[in-house]
Amino acid sequence: MNPSKSDHERAVDPVALEQRAASFCTRSLKKETKAQGLRLVVAMTDLTTLEGSDSPEKVRSLCRKALCPDPSIPNLPQVAAVCVYPKWVGLAKECVGDSGVRVASVASAFPSGQVALETKLADVREAVAQGADEIDMVLQRGAFLSGNHQEVEDEIHAIKEACESAHLKVILETGELGSMDAIARASHLAMNAGADFIKTSTGKIQPAATMPVTLLMLEAIRSHYLAGGGMIGMKPAGGIRAAKEALHYLVMVKETLGNAWMTPEWFRFGASSLLNDVLRQLQRLESGRYAAQYDVTET
Amino acid sequence: MTSSTPERLSVLKTYKLYLGGAYPRTESGRTMPIHDAKDNLVAHFCLASRKDFRNAVGAARKAQDSWASRTNYLRGQILYRMAEMLEGRTDEFRQALVVGGHTARQAQQELEAAVDRLVAFAGWADKYSQILGCHNPVAAPYYNFSVPEPSGVCVAVAPDEAPLLGLVSLLAPLLCVGNAVVALGSQKAPLATALFGEVCGVSDVPAGVLNLLTGDRAELLPEFSAHRDVDAILTANLRPAERRILDLGTADNMKRVHHEKWGKGAIMDTGLMHGPDRLLPLIEIKTIWHPVGR
Repeated sequence: MNPSKSDHERAVDPVALEQRAASFCTRSLKKETKAQGLRLVVAMTDLTTLEGSDSPEKVRSLCRKALCPDPSIPNLPQVAAVCVYPKWVGLAKECVGDSGVRVASVASAFPSGQVALETKLADVREAVAQGADEIDMVLQRGAFLSGNHQEVEDEIHAIKEACESAHLKVILETGELGSMDAIARASHLAMNAGADFIKTSTGKIQPAATMPVTLLMLEAIRSHYLAGGGMIGMKPAGGIRAAKEALHYLVMVKETLGNAWMTPEWFRFGASSLLNDVLRQLQRLESGRYAAQYDVTET
Repeated sequence: MTSSTPERLSVLKTYKLYLGGAYPRTESGRTMPIHDAKDNLVAHFCLASRKDFRNAVGAARKAQDSWASRTNYLRGQILYRMAEMLEGRTDEFRQALVVGGHTARQAQQELEAAVDRLVAFAGWADKYSQILGCHNPVAAPYYNFSVPEPSGVCVAVAPDEAPLLGLVSLLAPLLCVGNAVVALGSQKAPLATALFGEVCGVSDVPAGVLNLLTGDRAELLPEFSAHRDVDAILTANLRPAERRILDLGTADNMKRVHHEKWGKGAIMDTGLMHGPDRLLPLIEIKTIWHPVGR
């Protein structure tokens, strides 16, 4: 049985969605609650570098930051994972060791996904062989938008198999899907095809993660769960740069999916610059003073 | 209509802050009324909060690099443009200064001096590095240069007297050398500060390079000194207790604080106020060693 068929065929009301998403931005989190929220954001971060200019030292310093985001803040958790290109998985794995920080790799011809399935599978197998704990694949938007849903689904199935025990995150690239209806349909398609996580964006296309889009995907996860499809994780990525914004996302997750999803196991932020803003806010809470840009490391 | 009802109700303006090129209300929602000498309500102005200041520093930080990397000549042109726009709004400013307690004659003098001050530092923009920088003689096969660089993000705390000229006298040299500025205007007569923000909005000053706050000095001074992303603070004619707040607060983060003290009449003295020596506390000197080529 297709657990959420009826739901994903329903049209999305974008106005209500935006209004609901905006309502999460009016909550005020202060002091201890804020500090707790910010620590959770750190623990949920997939610290990411996906640049053509990535070098061994860039990956090493990213991993060092993942293991110890800021030595000046007591009891700060590690981030959830580092996210790199397949080429750097081995090195990242070596750097994080058995610390508990996971290594995620984008694979399947990120970010466009425009190569033959065999090449994508080889890409994924290579990353898994190097020790990737999580694979971030891109949805084939061209096929999806032309209506070849079966082809897209089969591809996710095949990649899921190639992942073996690694978790599979499916990147919808919502900025290219065109409408909220298409995003809802793509979310259900990915979940039904075997995704462990659904993820908004590659970060290479604007708009990337926005609150309404994330809310829509969270609601898709909820209806999938209520229809007996089990828990699916969510990862908004790209464009979340401010600590305050991240806290709004947490409120949204809590009020849409509940406490069960409020762990790094089920919710992640894909980000690079967000972490520094969170650290600066935590420093401010610790010291009572606004931090300078040079108070946090670059990577 | 009864005879006690006026024909028309006048519209009172609420002057807003100037932050990141926009005119937001204070996030705290607080305002204060301004009354003229006859105790008529003239307008409301915003009472900026700690968070407004934080936002202003964020905007200034974003803008500072590109402001410093524009050519000195262009920075001079923009300062000159500010002078032009100020000159074009003399009536409005004269009224604002009279509300603040000036006579019409004093207001006119202060306004003219403020325009002249902007023009003076517009002129210095592409000349100060020749005066303050130098080629140092060294006993080794090196060229050794010292060049002035901006301090970065600076806070200016304007004096209470001379609400327009005092503010302009601090802003002009700071902007001239490529700093981004967050300025707190005169507390007693905030109208001129709020109006000056409107001048900046039409003077080609890039968003965030200049941010103007109006508000309570006692509330904001500790925030100025504690914020670690502020590189320097420039003040004029603060009371000793106020200077002490800044000096003690900045001891922790080592930012540069420079207090100017203007005696009676000094603010009108172009010999004192237009000199390049006023730029010295606002810059950092970078010294470069370069091997002599063969």
